Amino acid sequence: MLLFVLRRLLQSIVVLLAVSGLVFAGVYAIGNPVDILISPQADQAEIARTVAALKLDRPLWEQYLAFLQHAATGDLGRSFVFDAPAIGLILERLPATLELAASATLIAVGLGIPLGLWAGIRSGSLAGKAILAGSILGFSLPTFWAGLMLILVFSVELGWLPAGGRGPTQSLFGVPVSFLSWDGLAHLVLPALNLALFKLALVIRLTRAGAREALTQDYVKFARAKGLSEARVIGVHVLKNILIPVVTVVGLEFGSLVAFAVVTETIFAWPGTGKLLIDSIGVLDRPVIVAYLLVAVTLFILINLLVDVLYSILDPRVRMAQAGG
Amino acid sequence: MPKTLRLFACAALAACAAQIASLPTLAADLRIALASEVTSLDPHYFNVAANNNIAWHVFDALTRVDENARLVPGLAESWRAVDATTWEFKLRKGIRFHDGAELTAEDVVFSLERPATIANSPGSFVPFTRQLVQVRAPDRYTVVLKTERPYAMVPYDVNSIFIVSRRAARRAGTEEFNSGRAAVGTGPYRLARFARGDRVELVRHDAHWEGRPAWDKVIFRMVPNNAARTAALLAGDVDLIEQIPPADVVKLRANGAVHLAQKVSWRTIFFHLEQGLDRVPSITGADGRPLDRNPLKDVRVRRAISKAINRQAIAERVMEGLALPAGNLVSPGVFGHAADLKPEIHDPEGAKKLLAAAGFPDGFGLVVHAPNDRYVNDDRVAQAVAQMLARVGIRARVTTLPFSVYVSKARNREFAFAMLGWGSYSGDLALRSLVATFDAAKGYGTWNWGRYSDPRLDALTERALATVDPTAREPIAQDAMRAAMASLAVIPLHHQIATWAMRRDLDYAARTDEYTLAHHVRPR
Repeated sequence: MLLFVLRRLLQSIVVLLAVSGLVFAGVYAIGNPVDILISPQADQAEIARTVAALKLDRPLWEQYLAFLQHAATGDLGRSFVFDAPAIGLILERLPATLELAASATLIAVGLGIPLGLWAGIRSGSLAGKAILAGSILGFSLPTFWAGLMLILVFSVELGWLPAGGRGPTQSLFGVPVSFLSWDGLAHLVLPALNLALFKLALVIRLTRAGAREALTQDYVKFARAKGLSEARVIGVHVLKNILIPVVTVVGLEFGSLVAFAVVTETIFAWPGTGKLLIDSIGVLDRPVIVAYLLVAVTLFILINLLVDVLYSILDPRVRMAQAGG
Repeated sequence: MPKTLRLFACAALAACAAQIASLPTLAADLRIALASEVTSLDPHYFNVAANNNIAWHVFDALTRVDENARLVPGLAESWRAVDATTWEFKLRKGIRFHDGAELTAEDVVFSLERPATIANSPGSFVPFTRQLVQVRAPDRYTVVLKTERPYAMVPYDVNSIFIVSRRAARRAGTEEFNSGRAAVGTGPYRLARFARGDRVELVRHDAHWEGRPAWDKVIFRMVPNNAARTAALLAGDVDLIEQIPPADVVKLRANGAVHLAQKVSWRTIFFHLEQGLDRVPSITGADGRPLDRNPLKDVRVRRAISKAINRQAIAERVMEGLALPAGNLVSPGVFGHAADLKPEIHDPEGAKKLLAAAGFPDGFGLVVHAPNDRYVNDDRVAQAVAQMLARVGIRARVTTLPFSVYVSKARNREFAFAMLGWGSYSGDLALRSLVATFDAAKGYGTWNWGRYSDPRLDALTERALATVDPTAREPIAQDAMRAAMASLAVIPLHHQIATWAMRRDLDYAARTDEYTLAHHVRPR
């Protein structure tokens, strides 16, 4: 077990190195940030001075080595435009993104499992078919369009919810969160729903397929033959068995929710990491771009590791050596 | 699941309740959605419009420009050129910082010297202070600036340097300004809170020297997405938004609940043409093979290109009315604008004749390069220009790129026909950056991507910028503009028109420099 975790951590470091190298070279190839950021009034000497001050005149390998040296001490560089440590900028905005992703997951699971169950058990009914058809919409609607429609209907036309931004935050165990006040929740509903749409469709599909399969299994027939109530058959026997794949997928997808909340955050002006990434790419703020992707990769690695470890605990048949190989 | 549902139903109701409950208290608050991110509240860290926009609320400068981009007094009630290299600024008396201290010449000296001490700035304010070889305060209300050579832009340059409190800003950096500790200015609003990536909250500075500001509290939210900004206004989340794209202007104009304010912006859109090289790989003959000479060096070809472009059609259709056809490099009203220079008349037949006279009866082929995320409808404008060129025989292909990719390539002279937009306080200054002969030692032609060169124009520009008397300087600057336009150093296209949208009961004094200033928003 320990060996497995160690080996995975070593692999992770290799992945992080590869990603940082790729992103570094990629941003370098796009262009020189000073060309975008410099004052229009600056003359040639001033441009050269700025390039030198930001150490962008050094060869790429030298810049990368310097970056690695600093990274080893936990310093991922300073944002050019914010004049603040890149990692600090990301951690500052991570709570907003995590809150959004967690709310979206909650919506996806909270609505998806009951709806999926219904669609699986009553697959012939009108409601069942409607749920299935609805989930296709969830899959196929582009996030930005669905987001704009949500704003148009619930904010502009009906005026029920704010069109964007994050509500007031309170401190919960030192982390600023916005879901503790009504105003904060009102700001959270639409973006969370927007981000949840795709996952909701996924959970509905998974639950429905699982339920349909489980219903034909012997243990369900046996439970029914024993005379158990329908609620207990579905709620305990069926649900328990279909929950494992659903939980796995939702867990793995959480990482992608955090990493790719970009579109939703942009449309809803949600001050999260996705918005930071987009802005940073626009001005080639390389320290922030690199740091963001490293944080995202770390998040993915951790979640995957956690899932693997959980698997081995839940299911003794999964051998660590195999999972690690 | 029922629990979740109930939660959201409650949330929706609460939102309505909150809106109704908070209406009366919001009356004296103003909520504005800005189009770009405010990155630092240190007014000397990074010279970028969004940061300056906030700084104009918290701080002040010795001089200002009014909504027509004309120079007016600020913290200095008057200034004069004592001799060709010495400037004297007289401060207003009794101006109070947010902390109650009086503004003195010491604060001004400190502020003018501070930009040079910030080494890690990606876009420094040093270009506005570098000409000053000496900054001193002979008495409490007088500041004397010396330049090495005669330099006319000093009163304009000091309009870009915000005056901070020496006591509060000594040894302070972005962190201290963001937290508010060092952000002590003389501006109409005090900093209340800066939530990076989200909002800036300001409160009224009662002792402001121009009188008590109209709004108790001003909240700037950063909403870079155009659709989201428009939605925020329509949903009543904010009271005023800036940078409305043309498609939304049409929609908002039809909305009775919204009032629009518009102004010709100082941003002029034009094309740089490669004129430094004798052969340009991307320019091909009618047969598709590279040409052995560069047609863009011939003024007749440049004139033909200019005549081929139907600026009126671009302004009306592509820009949906949000552009003014240009025959100048600076907008009407800006210092150095020559009113007699009219936009070139659309004349495709004349263009064909000129091309034939220049030895290109069958035209030639080139690539039109433009950014696709920088200027209003930039990629569509480039497409339209290419089609118009095709009609006179110039086979133009279009390549558009995100500005972050575009600008480095353009500076490396990879493009022969490249779009650029420029805003400037004066015509001679724009000419120095854009079309003066590229000279790194002199700092001329920094953005002269096409490497146009004309010694007469250089001399005129230099003379204008060295003439410290503005009434003598403006005719020289206009002559320089005429010289640049007569030989089509670049091909001007249009001046953009900036639009603000707000609640119907508000009005905004729309500005040429495109800043969104809360203290210029008034109830109608």
